[in-house]
Amino acid sequence: MMLQAEKLSVRFGGLAAVDEVSLAVPAGKIVALIGPNGAGKTTVFNLISGFIRPDQGRVLFDGRDITGISPHEACRLGMARTFQIVQPFGAQSVRENIAVGAHLRHRSRAEALRAAEAVAQRVGLAAQLGKLAANLTVAGRKRLELARALATQPKLLLLDEVLAGLNPREIDEVLPVIRGIRDGGVTVLMVEHVLRAVMNLSDEAWVLSNGRLIAHGTPREVTSDPAVVEAYLGQGTAARMKATYA
Amino acid sequence: MFELSILWPAFLNGLTTGAVYALIALGLTLIYGVLHIINFAHGAALMMALYGVYYLQKSLGLDPYVSLLVMVPAMFAAGYLAYRYVIGVASHGRDENILLVTLGVAIVLENLALFLFKSDTRTIDTAYTFTTIPIGTAMIALPKIVAFFGAAAAAAILLLIMRATDLGRAIRACARERQGARLVGIDVEHVFAMSFGIGLGCLGAAACFLLPAYYVNPGVGNGFVLIAFTIVVLGGMGSFAGALVGGLLIGVVESLGGLWLGESLGQIGIFLIFIAVLLFRPQGLFGARA
Amino acid sequence: MFGIAVALLPAVSSSGVVLNTAIMMLYTALLGLAWNILAGFGGQFSFGHAVFFGTGAYAAAVLQAKLGWNAWATLPAALALGAAVGAFIGALSFRYGLRGSYFALVTLAFAELFRILANNVDFTGAGVGIMVKLDAGAENFQFSTKAGYLYVVLAFVLAALLVCWWLKNSRYGAWLQAVRDNEDSAKAVGVNVFRVKLGAIALSGALMAAGGVFYAQYFQYVDPGLAYGPGVSIEALLGPIIGGLGTLWGPVLGAVLLQLLGEGTRGLFENAPGLSLMVYGALLVLMVTFMPSGVLGAFRRR
Repeated sequence: MMLQAEKLSVRFGGLAAVDEVSLAVPAGKIVALIGPNGAGKTTVFNLISGFIRPDQGRVLFDGRDITGISPHEACRLGMARTFQIVQPFGAQSVRENIAVGAHLRHRSRAEALRAAEAVAQRVGLAAQLGKLAANLTVAGRKRLELARALATQPKLLLLDEVLAGLNPREIDEVLPVIRGIRDGGVTVLMVEHVLRAVMNLSDEAWVLSNGRLIAHGTPREVTSDPAVVEAYLGQGTAARMKATYA
Repeated sequence: MFELSILWPAFLNGLTTGAVYALIALGLTLIYGVLHIINFAHGAALMMALYGVYYLQKSLGLDPYVSLLVMVPAMFAAGYLAYRYVIGVASHGRDENILLVTLGVAIVLENLALFLFKSDTRTIDTAYTFTTIPIGTAMIALPKIVAFFGAAAAAAILLLIMRATDLGRAIRACARERQGARLVGIDVEHVFAMSFGIGLGCLGAAACFLLPAYYVNPGVGNGFVLIAFTIVVLGGMGSFAGALVGGLLIGVVESLGGLWLGESLGQIGIFLIFIAVLLFRPQGLFGARA
Repeated sequence: MFGIAVALLPAVSSSGVVLNTAIMMLYTALLGLAWNILAGFGGQFSFGHAVFFGTGAYAAAVLQAKLGWNAWATLPAALALGAAVGAFIGALSFRYGLRGSYFALVTLAFAELFRILANNVDFTGAGVGIMVKLDAGAENFQFSTKAGYLYVVLAFVLAALLVCWWLKNSRYGAWLQAVRDNEDSAKAVGVNVFRVKLGAIALSGALMAAGGVFYAQYFQYVDPGLAYGPGVSIEALLGPIIGGLGTLWGPVLGAVLLQLLGEGTRGLFENAPGLSLMVYGALLVLMVTFMPSGVLGAFRRR
């Protein structure tokens, strides 16, 4: 198991944002974390990656207990994450942005910049290397987020709604990139609402609702689970998915 | 360590100074609470107001307390215009920008004063400058006592405005939710300018109460800026109760600190409190956790 | 290249006035370069940079006057002290997550704190201040002609420029600018934000202290108001804001423009007190309103 969360819980004020969430992500797979808005998916990411300290529970990364570790330490150990609301280094170019990630593994400026260019190539940003991050489109910024995280040479990549805000064509362009990342040996845990991506990409899915896990299985199993249909999909979508992916 | 006969007057003096501090801080906390601007020009504005009171007395013979009728509206107007045409325009909403803009205004005001009035320290003489009133075993200067009650009255009026008038409601709305206020038809820029004006109006009042017992020179503002900030941070950014309590507290701390450590070293207590609050309890005594 | 041009200056003109102007330009540039490291590259705006300046100035003055040190020897001590004060303030501020306006206020408070302490402690000469004894001779870091001072301050500025160049082209610098642009993103790509910020404030403090040492040697007098007062803090930030935050040459350009402006107003208005500063203040407001990235920032690649 690349990642294991054991009974993670955190409360904000009186509200249990995440309630005894235990999940496991096998190495080399793409695993999806889905659920309605406000379910706590990003909070789970924050707990795993060290941005928030859990009140209870443990996080094991590649066999090592990293509960409560700081985000930059987690990154050094090989866990990279993107943000739901993209946060580029706006005043810097695409190349410079990615290079910051690359610097985790490369001390020399020249090497980091070269590595950045290579990563940009992989995600399809090669043409925009010189552009200022603030001037990219939403799709471009999402790729930049992805590229920056990739540049840190992670073992596990946490993608937080990396497809949100993209039109269908843009989504079609990104899916193979994510697959390529997995094929390159990186484990992926992704929060997604775009069910097409979940069905096509992920090997497993976990469903979170109101801070609790309500289902786990293959995408097909999970999307036909009545509890999931009730809490998230709705009858209409469930029926459509059954028809499309039967 | 010290007997009551020394502590008691120091305490009372601290309270009276503190009341004026509180009035100054009220203006600052209003400006921060509503506009989220840290007004570095607050001290310089106070300094200009002090000069205003000074010259009103020197050239027109107006008693400082009578000058209230002139200074408060004048400072209000100045604040309104300053926000509408300088500060509101310049800040573009960015935190650091606003900081630098108010700093720039402070520099301009201070040096304008230096240029116009030269650097001499001035005081005014009134019939009652040296009158003292006994309170218990202490003899407290009359101007200070008037300052205490004057500041309290001004604070009460301010709170009344905020609670009971339409303007006050509009101000509170804009403070909470800028866009929402716009959507219900409130002229937000106007309300902001009004708030800034009221904040400076407080300074106008404070100046009238302060000058009889104090002095003015172009550099006076600097000393008050940090004290005002300390009070606002101690009391909680945006909290009126905090500014009042904080002001009185700081006034007393300064006074007692002066007793123990001497006049100039005594000020250290204030800065230590400031740093401590910023580090360990940035929301202050009454503020909400940001 | 720039260094050579400036170094040739004394050969061209032995006029005291010209040299003094050049020295003041370089001195202001040094202060600006130091401030720019923390603010322009690191994104933390300090309003109390005088706290580092004064430490350096007093280090130079006190070590010579009270402990008989050689003037040059005080320089490394001042650098170390400047860095230490920076680390102290940084550790406290950043540990408790102070940013933006709160950080600016805290630095101001520390500067005032130090000023009051210096004003009340015999060790620093209290309110009277300390004089650096006149003892002309290069080995004493004092020069009978202005040219000597020019070379020294030029060397300091070149060193500062080198540091800034390194910041633009190194891993640490990339990390620092990442922290400036987005702390959370920086954390997410493995940057130890606390340590990076701490390094920046220590570096900035050390360079600022160097400026203080130069001041002590050039003007030969230090007192609490000059050392820790708001004047220096403001002087340090004006140049970079006008010339261009976070750029290499911005502080230098800003310093040059400010000096020229100062000379200009002095010429027009005959040394009226406070006038040049008033113009500076107005300029600050105007720059922030219309050109928040400074002159150089406006020409940055789009």
